[in-house]
Amino acid sequence: MGGDAELVERLRGGDQEAFETLTRRYHTTMIGLAAAYVPTRAAAEEVVQDSWMGMLRGLDRFGGRVSLKTWLFGILVDRARIASERERRSIPVAVAALGPARFVADGSWVRPPVPWPGDIDERLRAPAAQQGIRAAIEALPPGPRSAVLLRDVEGMSSREVCEVLGISETSQRVLLHRGRSRIRQALEQQVGRV
Amino acid sequence: MPWFGRTAIVCRKAADLFTDYLEDALPAPGRARFEAHLAGCPHCTEYLRQMRATIGAVGRMEPDTLSPQARDELIALYQRWRAERHSAEGPGQGQAPGNTA
Repeated sequence: MGGDAELVERLRGGDQEAFETLTRRYHTTMIGLAAAYVPTRAAAEEVVQDSWMGMLRGLDRFGGRVSLKTWLFGILVDRARIASERERRSIPVAVAALGPARFVADGSWVRPPVPWPGDIDERLRAPAAQQGIRAAIEALPPGPRSAVLLRDVEGMSSREVCEVLGISETSQRVLLHRGRSRIRQALEQQVGRV
Repeated sequence: MPWFGRTAIVCRKAADLFTDYLEDALPAPGRARFEAHLAGCPHCTEYLRQMRATIGAVGRMEPDTLSPQARDELIALYQRWRAERHSAEGPGQGQAPGNTA
């Protein structure tokens, strides 16, 4: 990424504006990701601050092998793991996303999905819907939340997500599937109202 | 329907495969069977549409605005690093002067 090299140069040169741009872009996601590992909001904030400092101190070692974003989130996950070591919390790989109760014995739907309106994309842009999506992401278990934040919110490639979380592509898809399914389910309950 | 199970996909199975399908991770025969199921199943087609709408909406989310407190703490952190770097490099080396807070 050409933009990364420039940004790193500006950070190294002491450009506060560049740092603020970066924090505006990633700080929220980093808090959400750290919260997947440590038990409290305060602990998550500490991990994130520590990660920003880690990034700054490591700037001279950043060689551009991965994107700045992947590198930054990698630093975060390392530190979050260390912070959570005492509790030995790790990212569990999830089971099936939809309970068997949604299907009858022959494998077809008990309650088929009720069709969403044609202008659903538009409706989901409304502030109330945005809040609903945010709440649905926050309610996800740690593993699915990490995968959704990196892959769908941050738009990283699945390879990058695997690199940051240190998991296989298969595990990544399992987590993603569970996360996306739950968010869809949460939105289903809202669709009538948005 | 055991004779049927080997080739056709039922809705329950399809529901497990949506992400693999959307992430292009199904092997060709699995993909073909999945698409054959969709072609004959309006419910799973609708489900796929909803998953796409969900993913799209999640991807369009804007980051939360930082609280003034968080912003101040981060700026202080950056300045701490800058000072630390400056003193490590020693006076007159490398750092641009006039970086005011």
